Amino acid sequence: MGNHAVWGLASATFAAAFVEFVEAATIVLAMALTRGRRSALAGAGAALVALVLFSAVVGYSLATWLPRTVLQLVVGTLLLIFGLQWLRKAILRSAGLMARHDEDSAFAAQTAAAEAAGHRNRFGLDWFGFVVSFKGMFLEGVEVVFIVITFGLNAGDVPVAVAAAVCAGLIVAGIGAVVARPLSAVPENALKYAVGLLLTTYGTFWAVEGLGVFHGGSSLHWPGGDWALVVILAGWLIWSRVLVALLPHVRRKSVAANLDRLGSPA
Amino acid sequence: MNLVRGVYRFGYDFIVGDDWKIAVAALLSLAIGLTLIGTDVLPGYAVALTGALIAVSFAVALVVDVRRR
Repeated sequence: MGNHAVWGLASATFAAAFVEFVEAATIVLAMALTRGRRSALAGAGAALVALVLFSAVVGYSLATWLPRTVLQLVVGTLLLIFGLQWLRKAILRSAGLMARHDEDSAFAAQTAAAEAAGHRNRFGLDWFGFVVSFKGMFLEGVEVVFIVITFGLNAGDVPVAVAAAVCAGLIVAGIGAVVARPLSAVPENALKYAVGLLLTTYGTFWAVEGLGVFHGGSSLHWPGGDWALVVILAGWLIWSRVLVALLPHVRRKSVAANLDRLGSPA
Repeated sequence: MNLVRGVYRFGYDFIVGDDWKIAVAALLSLAIGLTLIGTDVLPGYAVALTGALIAVSFAVALVVDVRRR
């Protein structure tokens, strides 16, 4: 794997993990401040253990049972769909057609729910704080695991992907512990846009290469080899900006047509 | 049964997400691309053309989504 591919792998994994860990940190912080640090940290810690086991089982199964071309097709397609979902939200947010994700409002909602919930102790822990922290960390973490496994296996460098995700987790945990408030200063929407572009780029590249499984069994090749990744990334960036500019017009036309229909006599 | 339903719902939300049309668009593009590659209609261009198809079908899915909002 070339240097640019290693950097692409590391930066994509780091950015994706960073965004997901920021969302998990908001939930764990809200629980720590309202339901107690011990229960929140125990929930987050238990989720991390579950995530490590989950990654080991899924990663081992994929690497052991699937031939490389099938792996490219399966995880490339999943990555493509996953990336397009991120890109969809990023485009709709940039076009003003969807509310931007806001860590402060997410934190306020979690805090209000935690304050309204009743108290129930299990194993010496506040159960609500434990369960909500566990679920928040586990669900966000599964997305990170998925990205780490797919990027790592496809690029043939799982350790780089794991190291990038661990770095992101440690940085978010460190900042969260120091500031003890939601990391709303993080440009989360811009990061999600960038990650959506990267996931979609790698997903497009691998899924199409993996189609070779139906034609002789070996991977297809993009013109230019790995350098095609740069062209695909540029293509998705330009295409997404075109859609950001175009979609508000589509929306306005649709609203106008609906109003006309409502206003016209039956 | 609740566990199965929970796992299914988690898997659906995780992979398909908020808009199923995006997943359908991606799969349809790959299926058309597979046909193009298999028929050798445009040898040498089929791989890049499949990538372009994904971009176009994604745009169509987004336009349909925005018109219905």
